[in-house]
Amino acid sequence: MMKFRLISIGIFLFGLGVAFFSFAPAFGLGGWVQKHFPIQLGLDLQGGTHLVYRADTSSLPSGEVEESMSALRDVIERRVNMFGVSEPLVQTSSGGILAGNAQEERLIVELPGVTDLDQAVAMIGKTPVLVFKTLREDGGVEPDLASSTKKTSTSTATTTEDATASRFESTELTGRYLKGADLRFNQLSGEPIVSLQFNDKGADLFAKITKNNVGQVVAIFLDGRPISTPVVNEPILTGEAVISGNFSLAEAKMLVGRLNAGALPVPIELISSQTIGATLGKTAFEAGVFSGVVGLLLVAVFLILWYRLPGLLAVVALGIYVSAMIAVFKLIPVTITAAGIAGLVLSIGMAVDANVLIFERMKEEIRNGKKINEAIDLGFSRAWLSIRDGNFTTIMSAVILFWFGTSLVEGFALVLGVGVILSMLTAITVTRSFLKALGVNEVRGKIRFLFGSGFTK
Amino acid sequence: MFIIKFRKYFYAFSLLLVGLSLFAIFYKGLPLGIQFTGGSLLEVVYPKTQTLEGERVSAEHPTLSRVKAQVVSALDDVTVVPTGERGFIIRTGKLDETGHKKLLEVLSFEGEYSVREKQFSFIGPTIGQELRTKAWYAIVAVVIATILYVAYAFRSVSKPVSSWKYSFVAILTLIHDCLIPTGLFAFLGLVLGYEINVLFVIAILTIFGYSINDTIVVFDRIRENLRLDQEKKKKNPKKYQARPFAEVCGKSLEQTFTRSLNTSVTVLIVVMVLYFLGSPSTQNFALVLTVGTIAGSYSSLFIATPLLVTIEQWQEKRKKTVSENSDK
Repeated sequence: MMKFRLISIGIFLFGLGVAFFSFAPAFGLGGWVQKHFPIQLGLDLQGGTHLVYRADTSSLPSGEVEESMSALRDVIERRVNMFGVSEPLVQTSSGGILAGNAQEERLIVELPGVTDLDQAVAMIGKTPVLVFKTLREDGGVEPDLASSTKKTSTSTATTTEDATASRFESTELTGRYLKGADLRFNQLSGEPIVSLQFNDKGADLFAKITKNNVGQVVAIFLDGRPISTPVVNEPILTGEAVISGNFSLAEAKMLVGRLNAGALPVPIELISSQTIGATLGKTAFEAGVFSGVVGLLLVAVFLILWYRLPGLLAVVALGIYVSAMIAVFKLIPVTITAAGIAGLVLSIGMAVDANVLIFERMKEEIRNGKKINEAIDLGFSRAWLSIRDGNFTTIMSAVILFWFGTSLVEGFALVLGVGVILSMLTAITVTRSFLKALGVNEVRGKIRFLFGSGFTK
Repeated sequence: MFIIKFRKYFYAFSLLLVGLSLFAIFYKGLPLGIQFTGGSLLEVVYPKTQTLEGERVSAEHPTLSRVKAQVVSALDDVTVVPTGERGFIIRTGKLDETGHKKLLEVLSFEGEYSVREKQFSFIGPTIGQELRTKAWYAIVAVVIATILYVAYAFRSVSKPVSSWKYSFVAILTLIHDCLIPTGLFAFLGLVLGYEINVLFVIAILTIFGYSINDTIVVFDRIRENLRLDQEKKKKNPKKYQARPFAEVCGKSLEQTFTRSLNTSVTVLIVVMVLYFLGSPSTQNFALVLTVGTIAGSYSSLFIATPLLVTIEQWQEKRKKTVSENSDK
């Protein structure tokens, strides 16, 4: 019995520590906890925007898809960070197979706190797509243009543009290889021009293209339209190119800005968006927490009223369970969504199931004449099979749910799975230690009442 | 005990509920939300007060019919559902940013009312289709996993009813537990515009994984009592008569009634609190869980075990007919 008393005190102190870790920040204490282990709120609780883009990788050679998606991710993240979004999430994912289509490459962007969809899409969607193209073999009319370093004019009429565009085929040289863009001025005319610097691989590619196309047109396409179609005078090995095309100062500045923020390696298309307002988020969070507290209290009342003394001990174990769950959320860390809170509240109701089964079994054994200690042991060992079977099916469901859920509800499956495992632990280990620590063995009078339940005597 | 004795009535009640649910589901199909069909959803609210020239004044809000009329004139294929007193959820097809802004303007009745956006979603058709397929896969996976697990857990209980039959009964009750909340939701979809979204599927799958728990509690007791009975018979083969299966089941039910009920009560408490006090976004979720838990408790106690008895009696009858025929 002494052993259990010591264990119980140990558990209790540990529980207090965990509770401090989990709840102190909410009461304004334990600043260091808040700093190193802050609670991450999901979009549906703090408000924000969730976007899913489809990346068009059809023109990429298959070996380069992963690299390009990674580059895309970096570019978008840079852009988003430029606007000072706190803790944005930009990640790639593949999907679409289950819809019966070919595999799609996707980009998922989460912007907490950004509730203006327009603003969000503007941050992301308008980064330019830059492609260098060469004349096709079956090309048509020779353009009457000068060399690459002199001023050239681009067609302004759309039909002429389309005609021009159709004569070209893409090369490998795209905005992926762009190191930077600069605003310069043509030395002769003072006209604003945009100077491009490529990285090493880009410089190589550009050298190859210009070498192979001396005397030919190499066109620069931006967002699918040709903005410059100079003729290559000589191979350019420096990795620098110039775009001059009747830019106004404002246009040139804007183009430089967009190119610098990152030219997209692949074009993207928005296929899903979700914006949640901040007040909706706040009320959701408060309601969730409130329902959790009330739920916990009601379950505690039920346990004490029905199972009396063991019920009281189970309530303490439940308190430790909730603290431990929240601590686990902070440590992993788990992003808390409305579904996650619902999962936690649900798990409170499920966590006591193990206790119910054990206590009912104990009651049965006491009625059969066993002493308390033996009843406790039998209660735990005989109830174990039901607890194991029941919880296993719930964990199976949680695993499948985790795979199925979108990011907003993944948290629910995680909470459920972890909750079931943790609740088994607290119900069995913690409650058992507390019960044994009581040091009660003979079943008499008051003890009989305290270990009875419900409406029995 | 009386549950086994009056099992025909309990079967009838369940069949009635399941029948009603199926009718509600197939009457107009399931009310799928945009997460499964694709499309756009805009939730707005007309705030109670607004600031006009630096002062807070109370603001008017349009009625449902006015909003409907207004929106229909701007978009084809649109539905409007009210939420609370001053809020509306508008569902329609694809809306790009311009369309989104225009809809907000339309909803302000050209500035007559001040309208605030609470949330906006646009789901492309690929994602919608994907989610639908995933949902089916998830459901099938959970069903198969449950069948296998229950059969495995009860593999040593082959007499008088084989372990696969325990699985079968368990799955039957689970389907019953999932059909009834779905039927209710389909009904609410017709009447109040409720929609099925990802959270609904999550709730159903949770019910599936969870409500088997209290069924297992009773089955476990049956297993234990059968074993005890067999042990007694081994010790005293001549004198001891093995108890009839129906009696073992009845006794097991009596012994486990309270605990099976209580495990559901604790979940019911928290889930109802979630419904009444929790965040609005999880309210429907809590409703599905509430109905599922009640149905689950009912089916575990009043349907699952009686079904075992019914199966055992059919088996006995068939054995008797076979032996009668072979005697002739």
